[in-house]
Amino acid sequence: METNELLPQLFRSEYRKIVAVLGKHFGFDQLEIAEDIASDTFLVAAETWGIKGLPENPVAWLYKVASNKALDLVRRDTVFANKIAPSIRSGGITSEQPFIDLSDQHIKDSQLQMMFAVCHPTLAPEAQIGLALRILCGFGIDEIADAFLSNRETINKRLFRAREKLREENISIELPPSAEIGLRLRSVLTTIYLLFNEGYYSSSQDMLLRRDLCLEAMRLNLILIDNENTDLPEVDALFALMCFHSSRFDARTDEKGELIRYDEQDSSLWNAELILRGQYYLNRASRERELSQYHIEAAIAYWHTIKSDTPEKWQNILQLYNRLLQIVYSPVAALNRTFALAKANGKQEAIKEAEKLQLTDNHFYHCLLGYLYTGLDTAKAINHLQQALALAKTDTERGRIRKDLDNLVI
Amino acid sequence: MNEFLLIFRRETPAGQPPPSPAQSQEMMNQWQNWIGGIAAQDKLVNRGNRLDASGKTVKPGNIVTNGPYVDIKESIGGYTIIRAASLEEATEISKNCPILAVGGSVEVRAIIPMD
Repeated sequence: METNELLPQLFRSEYRKIVAVLGKHFGFDQLEIAEDIASDTFLVAAETWGIKGLPENPVAWLYKVASNKALDLVRRDTVFANKIAPSIRSGGITSEQPFIDLSDQHIKDSQLQMMFAVCHPTLAPEAQIGLALRILCGFGIDEIADAFLSNRETINKRLFRAREKLREENISIELPPSAEIGLRLRSVLTTIYLLFNEGYYSSSQDMLLRRDLCLEAMRLNLILIDNENTDLPEVDALFALMCFHSSRFDARTDEKGELIRYDEQDSSLWNAELILRGQYYLNRASRERELSQYHIEAAIAYWHTIKSDTPEKWQNILQLYNRLLQIVYSPVAALNRTFALAKANGKQEAIKEAEKLQLTDNHFYHCLLGYLYTGLDTAKAINHLQQALALAKTDTERGRIRKDLDNLVI
Repeated sequence: MNEFLLIFRRETPAGQPPPSPAQSQEMMNQWQNWIGGIAAQDKLVNRGNRLDASGKTVKPGNIVTNGPYVDIKESIGGYTIIRAASLEEATEISKNCPILAVGGSVEVRAIIPMD
C-alpha cells in the first residue's frame, strides 16, 4: 500500500492510541503536549515515508517515534524533568527500552481510563462528546464542527474550556473505584449513546461522516465490553441497540444520500450479521434482572428488525415505549409511542392520545397527526402537514412532507 | 405545574376466581397504556407502587387491627404521583384510569411540598 493511502488509515487507528497513552502519562495538565506529539509523529511519518518509503512495520515505527519524542521532551524541559525524572530513575529507563509503554494491553487500559476522564460528570454532555471525538476518536476540528453543525471557532472554544475544566477539577486519568463504576459508567454510556445518535439522526448531509460517528460509538462501547470491570448489562444493551440500528445503514439512504423511511426500505439490504450480533448482546444484557433505558430501547430496536407488521410486534413495541417513558421522558419517545398505539389499537385511539401531547412546535408532532388523520379527515391531515412544512428544518424533511401533501391532495 | 397523588382504591375481591393469565395480561396492558399516556405528556412524576392486600392498622392505646381498612371497606391498591396544572386537570386524567372499569375509584389530592 502507498504512503498516501496508508497514512490516513493509520492516523484514524493510531493517533488516538498514542494520545491516550501519552495523555495518561502526562495527565490533563499537559494534554495538549500529548496531542502535539501525536500530530508531530504523523508529520514526521509523512515526510520520512514519502522519501524513504514505508518502514517494515509502520505502526511500530510510529510508536517508536512518538515514544522518542516524549522522551526528548522530558529530557529537554526542566519543568518536566523535575516532575517526571524520579519516575524515570526508578523505572530504570534505558535507551533500548521504549520510554512510553505502547503495548496492546496498556493502550486498551489507557483508552478506557481516558474514556472515564473525558466523560466526567463535571463536563456538560456537549463538551464530553467534543472531547471524546477529539481525544478518543482522533477527529479533526473541522469534522467535529460538521458533526455538530457548528464552526471551528465554537468547537475550539468548547474543547479549550472542557480541558481547562478537567484541569481545574484535577480529574485524574484512571478507572474509578469499583463502587463508583456503575454511577460513572452512566455518563460514559450517555456520551456513547449521544455520539451514536449524532451520527444516526443528525441533519448533517455528510453520510460518510455520520456513519463514522456511529462506528466510533460502537468501537468505544466495545472497549467497555472488553474489560471485565466495565462489562455490565447496560453496556451490552447499548451495544445491542447500536447493532440493530446500524443493521439498516445500507437500506436507509438512496443513491443521492437521502434518507429512506423505515417502511419503504428494502429489507434485503438489512445486515443480518449485525442483527444476529445485536441479538447476542441483548441476550447477554439480560443476565441480570436490571432493566435500563438501553435494554428497553434495544428491545424496541429488535422488534424493528422484523419487517412484517404483526399485531404482536406493535403491541410489544407499544408496551416497551410505555415502560421507556416511565424511566425517561423524551418528545421522540412520546411520538413513537403514539405511532405504535395507532398500529396496535387503531388510529382513533391514537389521535386522542396524540392531541394530549401538545408538542405543537415540533414538526414531527404535526407529521404524526398528518399520518393519523390520513384516511379519516383529509382537511385536518393537510392542515397538520402544512404546519409541519412550516416548522421543518432541512430541505430533505421539507421534500418528504411535500410528497405526503401531494399524495393527499390527489 | 403542581403535583398530585392519585390513590387507587378497590373493594377487596372476596370469593372471586383469580383472573386468567390472558385477563391479567390485558389488565396489565391497560394500566401500562394509561400510565404510558401520562408519561408521554411528561406528566408522570413517580409511577408509585402497588400495595399488598393484607396489612395492619395501628391505633391509639396500642390497638392493632388486621387489615389496612380504617373506616371504609375499599382498600388502597396503589398510588401514583403526576404533574398537572390544576386539580381539575389531574381529575380529568384520572377519569381514564382502568380501575374505574372494575368498580374501583381514584382519589386525587394535591401535594403540598415540605419546606
